[in-house]
Amino acid sequence: MESQQQAIEQSQYLEESFFAELIQSFKQNKSALVGSIVLVLFISAAVLAPFIAPYDPYNVDMSQQFQRPSAQYLLGTDMFGRDILSRIIYGSRISLVIGLIPTLISMVIGTILGLVAGYYGKKTDYIIMRLADIVMAFPSLLLAMVVMYTLGASLLNIFIAISMVNWAGTARVVRSQTLVLKEKEFVEAAKIMGVKNWVILLRHLFPNCIPSLLVLFTLGIPDAIMSEATLSFLGVGVQPPMASWGLMVSTGKEFLFMAPWVAIVPGVAILIVALAFNFLGDGLRDALDPYLKQ
Amino acid sequence: MIGFIVKRIISSIPILLGVTLLIFILLHIVPGDPVTLMMNEHVDPDTIVRVRAQMHLDEPIFVQYLNFIWDALHGDFGVSYKLNRSVATLLLDAFPNTLLLAISAMIFSWVVGVPAGILSVVKKYSVIDYFFMGSALMGVSMPVFWSGLLLQYIFAFKLGWLPVSGFNNPLCLIMPAVVLGWGAAGTIARLTRSSLLEVMGNDYIRTARAKGLQTIAVLFNHALKNSFLPVVTVMAIQVASMLSGSVITETVFSIPGIGRIAVNAIQTRDLPLLQGSILFTTILVILGNLAADLLYFLLDPRIKNK
Repeated sequence: MESQQQAIEQSQYLEESFFAELIQSFKQNKSALVGSIVLVLFISAAVLAPFIAPYDPYNVDMSQQFQRPSAQYLLGTDMFGRDILSRIIYGSRISLVIGLIPTLISMVIGTILGLVAGYYGKKTDYIIMRLADIVMAFPSLLLAMVVMYTLGASLLNIFIAISMVNWAGTARVVRSQTLVLKEKEFVEAAKIMGVKNWVILLRHLFPNCIPSLLVLFTLGIPDAIMSEATLSFLGVGVQPPMASWGLMVSTGKEFLFMAPWVAIVPGVAILIVALAFNFLGDGLRDALDPYLKQ
Repeated sequence: MIGFIVKRIISSIPILLGVTLLIFILLHIVPGDPVTLMMNEHVDPDTIVRVRAQMHLDEPIFVQYLNFIWDALHGDFGVSYKLNRSVATLLLDAFPNTLLLAISAMIFSWVVGVPAGILSVVKKYSVIDYFFMGSALMGVSMPVFWSGLLLQYIFAFKLGWLPVSGFNNPLCLIMPAVVLGWGAAGTIARLTRSSLLEVMGNDYIRTARAKGLQTIAVLFNHALKNSFLPVVTVMAIQVASMLSGSVITETVFSIPGIGRIAVNAIQTRDLPLLQGSILFTTILVILGNLAADLLYFLLDPRIKNK
């Protein structure tokens, strides 16, 4: 019992120092800080969309078609006279959901499979890792396109497509960490005390994978947002009239030379959010990688 | 050494089979009958039955899969529903265009990425370093379809320097190559930088400095060769990912390549064409990764001599 208590204390100690170090290193890393601020703005825009959007994003008004950005329409209007700023604000909801949910699902799948593969080894490991190899060998965009072809274009199916593609990377990372961790004394001790396997996986191995999972999660979000935008751009993602950033670029491209803002502005939104997540992810990685810190 | 190469090649066979199986299953669990979907609803049932038999769609899915593999091994990917031409011919006609695009993008990413990475190390923590690393991060964060449109607007419409799209003269390749190669250039620059920085921390670099060599000489004569190993491997992997990533670039710039075929096949629900183009691209990617592994093996004497 005592050593289990110790292990718990140790992991608590790890957690505390982990967050303390994180905050410390973020204070020094300006790009990560800027990234976090942008993300707070992005998330508030998504949550508060109905309150801050100046117009109804779906309101068609052909008399206001292709208005240049002005005081009345800050970012202009599109081919149906819809306010682009309002559509971008509403579109942030789709991007946020697409960024978070499929990434979370694929991380859960990847973590479970990675832990199991690394801990049990042998045949289990072999089967899971070959499956991961196959998914990784598949160009992710093509795999997502095939899934969308099969299931049809809808928001839910984008979740499935992106989750199916992204779990393998997480599984690999978690597996390789589990392989190292399971040789450690605290796992050995837990085993000798007769702690059940799933408890070891959950209480002893999983917490040690959290830092890397955090980095993977942060870097996975812009990937997922980009995948949704790309699928929507190719016409197999979110369907009109929903305000998805990728779809807005796609429909705007027909009028590129006449009203460039319709296609260009939503792309800037994608760029800013993806950049912010990448800054944050890079900052996290630097903060958590003791080797790089030196 | 030959043993390693043979082993590595053999180990990619199950992956290839797994990938074909995955594509096949995914494409054949589509709700609805492909023949009905293809021919609209106003066809008499007899015709549907006949066409189904013609395409072997009435056999069990396992038999269909074996047939598919057997035919694919013979270079036969079936006949396109919509275009009524052999899928293999369509793909082989389009492949040189995709290859040309991928090679141009690759050259762009090397010519820009490697010097940018080296300069960032020479001028570490300077404005140049931040500029290059910022652009590299931009490259990763920019949606390819969007940067394509942006370039079209600036260089084709506003400045009139380059053709908007098409594939009939070499100038047409410039924008697509930049768009496709930008992200790769960023990755190469970042990798060159980090790998070079790591090598610069070694003892033999300190020795070279201690004997009075200039930074530039240390860099080019001692550090670069050793830091290139991971960079070259990533380059080989990127060639493969460019072949598949060209889907969007080809769509934006109307380049008649494999990616365009795949997108059209999805839009017209042309199953054999989609299956063929995806399989073809995936095989290329797997072969590219295999080549990357072998290259790494050949370049690193530490592995080679084992």
